[in-house]
Amino acid sequence: MPAKSPPPEPAFEAQLGRRRRWKLLIAKQETIPWSFQSTTFGLDSKVFTGLTALATVLILAILAVILGNVLVSGLPGLSWRFLTSGTEKDMFDVNKAGVMPMILGTAARVILMTIFVIPIGVITAVYLTEYAHATSAFTRVIRGAVNNLAGVPSIVFGLFGLGFFINYVGGNMDALFRPGAAEPVWGKPAILWASMTLAVMTLPVVIVATEESLRAIPPGLREASLALGATKLETIIKIVLPQALPGILTGGILAVSRAAGEVAPILFTGAAYYMATLPTHLYDQFMDLGYHVFILSTQSPNIEKTRPILYATVLALLLLTFTLNIVAILVRARMRKKMRALH
Amino acid sequence: MADTGFANLKFKTIVPALPVEDPTRNTSLIVTDALNLHYGEAQALKSISMSVRERMVTALIGPSGCGKSTLLRCFNRMNDLIDHVRITGSVKIGGQDIHSRDVDAIELRKRVGMVFQKSNPFPKTIHENIAYALRLHGMKEKAELDEAVEQSLRNAALWDEVKDRLYTSALGLSGGQQQRLCIARAIAIQPEIILMDEPASALDPIATGRVEDLILDLKKDFTIVIVTHNMQQAARISDYTAFFYLGELIEYDTTNKIFTNPAKKQTEDYVTGRFG
Repeated sequence: MPAKSPPPEPAFEAQLGRRRRWKLLIAKQETIPWSFQSTTFGLDSKVFTGLTALATVLILAILAVILGNVLVSGLPGLSWRFLTSGTEKDMFDVNKAGVMPMILGTAARVILMTIFVIPIGVITAVYLTEYAHATSAFTRVIRGAVNNLAGVPSIVFGLFGLGFFINYVGGNMDALFRPGAAEPVWGKPAILWASMTLAVMTLPVVIVATEESLRAIPPGLREASLALGATKLETIIKIVLPQALPGILTGGILAVSRAAGEVAPILFTGAAYYMATLPTHLYDQFMDLGYHVFILSTQSPNIEKTRPILYATVLALLLLTFTLNIVAILVRARMRKKMRALH
Repeated sequence: MADTGFANLKFKTIVPALPVEDPTRNTSLIVTDALNLHYGEAQALKSISMSVRERMVTALIGPSGCGKSTLLRCFNRMNDLIDHVRITGSVKIGGQDIHSRDVDAIELRKRVGMVFQKSNPFPKTIHENIAYALRLHGMKEKAELDEAVEQSLRNAALWDEVKDRLYTSALGLSGGQQQRLCIARAIAIQPEIILMDEPASALDPIATGRVEDLILDLKKDFTIVIVTHNMQQAARISDYTAFFYLGELIEYDTTNKIFTNPAKKQTEDYVTGRFG
């Protein structure tokens, strides 16, 4: 580089020191015989392979025991009549009890929750990845809040739903729309509030899954669209989000799996001990499979006699969660296939 | 487009002589005046004053990190997307300061297209890649779209290779085809200026040759500014060459002059491969 002066040479002393150390190292080296025998006889490798395999087997075993137990004890009680009939006040009677209202209630609250959580979660994730400054204090506060939300115990969400949705939002809606009414309409437990509470609980899952899929999209695609004169919004809606759809659905699947079996958040916000009729409105309460399992195992006058329906209800809950998951996974697989046809 | 006139500029802007006597090309389309750009504390561009002539190919050369890509991205304000970028001085396109408050970067980019180093077709069909760009500009009719897609692909010398697979994924094309699709997409919206950031650096020699032929062909209608690391490429396709080093514009002249008789020793050393 003729125009610029060359970089200054390191000080002579420093160079000398480095060379000396290097020489010392060479001098100290001894001749090592050419032998490739293992010094540990491959034991370390074997031990760790064994340990990791053991951990895997343990997890599989636990799952197998739970599923096996539920299947063996639940299958005898599971019948078409059990799945398709209501309880008619005989919820502890093995021959008359049915879980159809609970299946419908649980399915409805999970689907409602999905409708609330996906848009809010996706919009939040879009804000965090596409609009917010990655290093700003505000973004860090939101990220921290999302992470902390994921660590809050579910019963706290239940209490939050009771305090915020039912007492505050519902109470104010009643005061606004039905001033002076004796009975609260919105200001009491309802399937709407239960679903919203679950949505708040599963929000972090959807946000994190969506953020990850958004980040996996190469920045070049966004630049390509912007360089064509597309606005940021056009780029996000037409280029970025279609690419992120499978990831968003993964978030939805995780949220559904988590929410379907949760009882604590809906305990105060919408689940009913017993209802003679199915819920017909968003402000109705509902019966829930998970909560029903809790009722059967704690309120039964004769635990031995009700055990078959308890197990059958657990099995029904597992089947429902499984079905909801399968539907979501099939939708995602179809979407991926459609996208892969374009790859 | 009226000549922007250089007399009123505060700084001396380098305006190289015309290589050919063509009065229709005697217009400076892009004029930068004492353009400085900082990424946070680091200064990437130091008082760049140069003008780019209309419907000519102008090559920006220099070692990595010399600021040539940064300058290129100034011309369609792609640097807006990066945090902590500070720009002083002016960039005028067609006499209009593109950093002034009433300039919408979206509208600017509709007239100043860009082709990137890494080809970046959308994961959509070949047809949709171009139709997307056209729709952004308000084209809706299917027949009209189809015609414009075909014309763009023809202009990018890609039509014959893809006409039977228009509705298959653009990602199934070879690297060179993908890059030509990106060029087709850029020219589909009829910009006046096309910025190319090392468009052939990831391509094999045959695909590079095709893209170079295309650039020479596009010169008839478009003003092209191209960043390249390939000296032969700059010599082959450009009318003007600007040599940058450490954020400064060292020399800017006709390509012929830069490669045969440069005024500065640094330029000579670089183009002959003695440093950089």
